[in-house]
Amino acid sequence: MGYTYIKKSDRIKAIVRTGVLYAVLIFWALLTIIPLLWVFINSFKESNDILLSSLSLPKAWTFQNYIKMSTYPDMNLIRAFKNSMIICGGVVLGVLVCAGFAAFALGRFDNKFNKYINALLSGCMLVPAFSTLIPNFVLISASPLRGTQWAVILPLIASNMSFSTLLLTGYVRSLPRDLDEAAIVDGASVMQVFIHIVVPLSKPMMATVGTMTFIWTYNELLLSLVYLPTRNLQPVSVILSLVSNMYGTDYGAMMAAICLTILPVLLLYMVAQNQVVKGLTAGSVKG
Amino acid sequence: MVLKSKKYPLLFLLPALVFIGIFLILPLCKTIYYSLTAWYNFAPTKKFIGLQNYMNLLHDDVLKIAMRNTGILIIFALIFQVGIATLLAICVDSVHHGFKFFRTVYFFPVVISATAIGLMFSLIYKYNYGLLNNILITMGYEKKVWLTAKSAIYCVAVPTVWQHVGFYFIVVLTGIANIPEDIYESARLDGITPVKRVLYITLPMLKPILISNVVLVVSQSFRVFDMVYVVTGGGPRHESELLSSYMYSKAFSDYNTGYASAIAIVMIVMGITLTGVLRFLMNKMQGDD
Repeated sequence: MGYTYIKKSDRIKAIVRTGVLYAVLIFWALLTIIPLLWVFINSFKESNDILLSSLSLPKAWTFQNYIKMSTYPDMNLIRAFKNSMIICGGVVLGVLVCAGFAAFALGRFDNKFNKYINALLSGCMLVPAFSTLIPNFVLISASPLRGTQWAVILPLIASNMSFSTLLLTGYVRSLPRDLDEAAIVDGASVMQVFIHIVVPLSKPMMATVGTMTFIWTYNELLLSLVYLPTRNLQPVSVILSLVSNMYGTDYGAMMAAICLTILPVLLLYMVAQNQVVKGLTAGSVKG
Repeated sequence: MVLKSKKYPLLFLLPALVFIGIFLILPLCKTIYYSLTAWYNFAPTKKFIGLQNYMNLLHDDVLKIAMRNTGILIIFALIFQVGIATLLAICVDSVHHGFKFFRTVYFFPVVISATAIGLMFSLIYKYNYGLLNNILITMGYEKKVWLTAKSAIYCVAVPTVWQHVGFYFIVVLTGIANIPEDIYESARLDGITPVKRVLYITLPMLKPILISNVVLVVSQSFRVFDMVYVVTGGGPRHESELLSSYMYSKAFSDYNTGYASAIAIVMIVMGITLTGVLRFLMNKMQGDD
């Protein structure tokens, strides 16, 4: 938006104003970057080096803290990564399949019960994890799910279901319907319409929902903390929450643990930034 | 043509409904029942005691602290989270360069887990080698103890704000992008200054977005758990307890499961009532314009 300044004082004002705007923007950018950078740099130092001065660059860059991650017997982060991936994969797959089916039913068929289902799904988004924590714990403890990763995968699929279905339904409903019609006339079954028409066309929204579910599941702490009691099943988030108690004064290891944990989401963010931003803001309906 | 059938849609809805039924709706009903019982240690037997748990909650000092802390968190988030985000969004909208860079940086903490951010900030607060004390020393000041009983809840609130600013930044920025260009155009022809443009056009036009952000902040603040669990664990002596962390510690350290269920119900009722009342009030406010 161009302004034309006639007077010289106006031009100076404009320059000062732009300077102030950039100063504010850069200030918050620094406030965001500096803590992360501080942790990152210190993760390459010996713990003693950190105690002497955590502001300076490492005297000697060392990967010792990272190598240690896989040797802490109870706190094996590598194993935790594997667990996180199993849990995330299961949840994303489950959510996409079930929410995809449900969105097809709600977005492509006209039924009078659709609006009740919609209301039910919107209502479910208001239910915080805390109000189902104890009964689900009792249920899981008494079932064969206990002691397997299913103990968190299934409840997490349920808790991601409502908003995923609502987002997908909106998208599926907006797709042109002539294709369905043509396919049905040609003798396609309902299932074929779903697999060959609706799913390929909904891919963009599926990607958004998948990204969002992945990040939320990867970052989730509460359910894994409660439903997965044994160390060899726990995901990264749980291990990280225990790090400050277990590593004691091994500050370097803590810094390295933080950096390692952030790494997968950082990579995802760098590769698919628009997708991630869209996914996480679309999910704001979840509240 | 719209597909018409009763059998198929039900079949397709079934998996989703089964998940929601088993892991959300049924447990919610059970929690309501549990909250009316005296039940300890996940024992097989529980005794129905009516509203006794809720009566006890009325005299529970920790619950009062948790409520106060949730309130502090909401106010802190409203002022800083939404405030900083709106300021940054308006700044970015008014300059010509670096939009992509700022967006990338601001949004990054949103992607990181509260657990990692919490641990990072607890290292930043550390007395001996923490970032804050190191900066103080470099500037020639004395070291400070950052995490005390009094400051504990703020030590939780700061990283929470730090994490979410980027999210609200994007939301407000989307709102700014949706303001019709011709309003600005005609204002420009009238010779409006950039500052007035923000005050009299951008901010008023953003009102609906800012209002929905308020509702979002409130419902999110009721769900904060990871941050407090990692940074303070609710301590020292329950001083930074939130409803969420208090419920967790009642259930899984004190094993007072009936009582914990009552806290969970209070949480959901308060959350829904507060956001409901806010929505109602704000719809009214918008209607008046």
